[in-house]
This record gives sequence, C-alpha cells and structure tokens, in this order.
Amino acid sequence: MSSPVATPPSAPDTRSKQEPVRVQRSLGARILSRPEIGAFAAAVAIFVFFFAIAPPFRSAEALSTILYASSTIGIVALGVALLMIGGEFDLSSGVAVTTSALASAMISFQFSVNVWVGVVVSLLISLAIGFLNGWLLVKTKLPSFLITLSTFFVLQGVNLGVTKLVTGTVATNNISNMDGFASAKAIFASDINLGFISLKISVLWWLLFMLAATWLLLRTRTGNWIFAVGGNQDSARAVGVPVAKVKIGLFMGVGFCAWFLGQHLLFNFASVQAGLGVGNELIYIVAAVVGGALLTGGFGSALGSAIGAFIFGMTTQGIVYAGWDPNWFKTFLGVMLLLAVLVNLYVKNSASRRK
Amino acid sequence: MTDTIIEHADNTLQVGTPLVEMEGVGKAYGAIRALEGVNLTVKAGEVTCVLGDNGAGKSTLIKIISGLHSHSEGALRVDGEEVRFSSPREALDHGIATVYQDLAVVGLMEVWRNFFLGSEIRKGRWPGAPLDITGMREIADAELKKMGIHVKDINQPIGTLSGGQRQCVAIARAVYFGARVLILDEPTAALGVKQSGVVLKYTAAARDAGLGVVFITHNPHHAYMVGDHFIILKLGRRVLDRTRSEVSLEELTGEMAGGQELAELAHELER
Repeated sequence: MSSPVATPPSAPDTRSKQEPVRVQRSLGARILSRPEIGAFAAAVAIFVFFFAIAPPFRSAEALSTILYASSTIGIVALGVALLMIGGEFDLSSGVAVTTSALASAMISFQFSVNVWVGVVVSLLISLAIGFLNGWLLVKTKLPSFLITLSTFFVLQGVNLGVTKLVTGTVATNNISNMDGFASAKAIFASDINLGFISLKISVLWWLLFMLAATWLLLRTRTGNWIFAVGGNQDSARAVGVPVAKVKIGLFMGVGFCAWFLGQHLLFNFASVQAGLGVGNELIYIVAAVVGGALLTGGFGSALGSAIGAFIFGMTTQGIVYAGWDPNWFKTFLGVMLLLAVLVNLYVKNSASRRK
Repeated sequence: MTDTIIEHADNTLQVGTPLVEMEGVGKAYGAIRALEGVNLTVKAGEVTCVLGDNGAGKSTLIKIISGLHSHSEGALRVDGEEVRFSSPREALDHGIATVYQDLAVVGLMEVWRNFFLGSEIRKGRWPGAPLDITGMREIADAELKKMGIHVKDINQPIGTLSGGQRQCVAIARAVYFGARVLILDEPTAALGVKQSGVVLKYTAAARDAGLGVVFITHNPHHAYMVGDHFIILKLGRRVLDRTRSEVSLEELTGEMAGGQELAELAHELER
C-alpha cells in the first residue's frame, strides 16, 4: 500500500483504473489554510512600516526591546492560545500573573526562606487556580466567560487585600537581598549576550515554550485531543477523548504560563505592585486571536500566538520610536482584533469548504 | 474488503455467546422516560436489529451500550459482568465501537486524525510520546480504500468531504476499532444505494467474523437483509422481539408502519 502523502500525484495506481487520481493540495493552498498566515502578513507589513518611518526602530537594541516586550505578552498568550484552541478562554490570566508574583514574594519574605521556596509554592498556587477554573467549568458546565470573570474579580480583590494585610502597603517588600535571589534572577530575568544582540532570558524561554507547545499540538496525542475538544466536544467524548481532563489541563497550562511571567516580573524588579495585570488578559486573548486562534475553538497555532505577541511588541515600541502618543496603541489593538477575526473567519471557511 | 474485520475481531469470540445483555433497562431524562424495561441480548456472530419510529428510544438504547449515557434502572452486562459505563472510553475498552448518527467527527481536523481520534497510535508510552503520523495516514487511507472511498487527500479536513463519505469514514473507524461489538446507528440513512450496499456487506462480514452487531434503522428492508434478531421499540418500550425464523419481512414492515394501529386506521378510512 503506497502512502498518498509520499506518492506524487502521477504515481500509477495498479489496483484500479477507475480510481480518481490523488492530488495533494498545492503548497500555496496548504500555506493559505494555515492559522498564522494572516498574522504573518500583518507582522511583515508592520515591521516594514516602522522600519521605514522610525529610524530608531532599525537598531539591534530596538529589536531586543521589542522582543522583550513581545515575550512578556507572548508567554501567557501561548497558554491562552492553547486554551482557545480547546474551545475556552480565560479572563483571569492577567491578574493571575500578579497573584503568582505576589505569592512568591510574600512567602519568601514573610517566612524568611530561600526565594526558591516562594517560586515553588507560587507554582502550586498558579496551577491550583488553573485547576479550579477548569474544574468549575467541567462541573457546572457554565461558559468559561462567567467562571473566569468571577476568578478575575476574586483574584483582583485577593491581590490587593492580602498584600495590604501582609505588608501594610500595596506593594511587596524588596526581596533582592534574600537567599537564592541571584540564582532565581539568573533563571527568570537575566540578560543573555549573544554577541550581536543582548536579550532578556524571557525571550529565549518564550521561544522554547513556543516550540514545545507546537510539538505538543501537532505531534502528540494530547494535541490531537486539544483540537478535538475545541472543534467538537461531543464528538470528541463519543470517540473516547477525556474531555474534562483536557480542559482542566489547558487551564492549568495557562496557570503555568502566568506563574512563569509572574516570577519573571518579580525577579526583574525585586518587588511587585498588587494592582498590576488588570487588562492584560484581553491583550493575551487578542494576541492569540490575531495569531489565528478561533474564538469558537478547534483552530489556531502556538506559532500564531507568538506572531500575535510580536505584532503587539513591535507596535507598543514602534509607536514610541516613531514619536507618537502611546495612547494610540489601544486603537491599534481594536483595529487589529477586528481585522484578525475577519481573516480567521475567511481562513476557516476556506479550510472547511468542500473540494 | 472484509479482511480488516477478521484481522481485528477478537479471536476468542464463540458464536452464540451473549456479549451484551440488557435486563429491564430504563433511562429517564428528568421527568421524561425515554426507555423503559428493555431486555436485549447481543450475541457473538449475530446481527440484532433495533427498529422504531422517531423518538422510540433507539438512540437512547445505543447510547447506554456505547457509554454516552448511563442507564438509570435495570442491569447492563458485558461478557456476563455487570457494568455501568460512565464514558464511551470504557465501552471502547470493552471492544464496543459505535457509528453514531451524527458521526462524531471533528470537521476542522484532518481525515486521518479523525479516524484515529481517541485511539491514536504512538511511538512509545510516555505522556509526550510522538504520534506515528505516517503509520496512521497509511492505515486510514488503506481502510477507506477498502470501503471504496477515495478522498483526494487524507490530510484534508473531514468537513470538506460529502456526507456519505464522512459516514463511510465513521464506519471504517468503528470496524477498525470494534473488536467485539459493533453498533451502527442509522448507518444507511445518508447513503445512496451503492454505499448502503457496502455498509450492509460490512455488517454481514462483521457478523461472520463473530462480532456481535447492533443495527439501528428505520428501514425494515435493510434490517431484514442482514438481521438475525429483530426488536421494535415504540415510545421507549419493546413492542416486538423475534428471531429471523419467527418473523417475515411483511410482518416487520407492517409492525414498523404501525401494526395494529395502522390496521385500525385502514379500517376507519375504508371506502
């Protein structure tokens, strides 16, 4: 039996003459049906645009800054994109980042322990928040919008309330003199000099996570299940996919990403403001959507979310380099979202049209 | 064409052994009783046909055997052991595979991914083990060819296939994974004459390989061609339960069309 994938269309079929000749869809058609194609085109256009009009944009330092800004969006956007492919979304991810940083800082400082204790305990807390979101979703069958909106408010209150109770202010104490700070900073927030460019380590982690997520989505059983629960939950269950586990796992994935970014922010600045993070959840969602994730689930990619994050990294910095009022960023965000949703709809329809 | 069934059939099956037994099984959705006091035995090497009008409880019946819903009364035994499935995974692990009426496919996923969804082949057993993509593509393609379907590209999303082709993919998948019991819910409903013929041949081949087959249909002609045992449901209750030797096609058709009620109606409208 010859493989239809490896065989060129002209290969003779010896079994039957009536069989229609197999054609593989053309390379162009396959590229056009990729989720990230729209975002890629937009990223190139925006890059060229700022490159042309803003001379400071052209330096290696500018690229480093842009990549850093992109990574702070992209790490959580990655988890959010996977969750959206699985058919749900998470409004609590922005404040969950702050929760993770606050928990880590306060545990280390108040108990005077090595900061790595705080890092590990805050990981457990972040995963527990993700688990709770997923578990509530599976048990109550409510829309994820309502559940994570509730979590968003709860965490926003807890962040401020607990920080005030513990420290008396709305920021955590500086932990830069504590045991283990140097090693934690090296892992989460150091600068890496690559010779021609100096990058924040978060950029490298972001790329690593993106590659791991791409592998997970396209090459593993779990990835198959993520697309299936997002595409058609009932069908997925009927053929034996553990839908509840997949959904809970995806929320925990967002929890992990939020934890990582939280630790980065903590070890980058040594102290955290309790009110941070509100509104970022929407930026993560927009980055995932711009990167080709369908709001209804079942379609999207990890690379796409990275391109989406890169678009926002370029724009936030590009507006500054071009000398414009940074307030225009939000307008840009809105326009991009609308365009992205239209492009996604078009790509999805052309992918599922009968041929 | 039928070698897949023989290859995959559990070779310990003995013709005539009861594989699935239902005793007084019922199911209520809130205040609505969809199924009540149904007895049914699926034996190895036999085709059990379940017939009935819309809303008769056919779908509820198979959802209980395939693990989509658990029954609320009575007993369900598989291989003599009492079970209560809480997910389709458990039924699949008992070798029970189902072709659902809505086909249970994910439109945006590739044909081969749909074929193996939930039962993927992996290179290794650790959690992140890679999928054997080449192997799965080849198997899916070969299985579909055996059913006489030629998709242009096994990598195309299943939503781009026609309804009949999608149905054949769903059937090919169930045949491939159903080692002991095969449940077909209205498998010929969306098919033309030729493809219906293929499905009926598959059904007969599965029976000959020793599988227990449950065939749900509206169509008594299709049922009579392959069936060994016939059950008619009406409003969630069993109104007829006969073996092939006890019933003729005419009786079956008459019973399906309404039986006694139809006779009364004919009498009433007599001119």
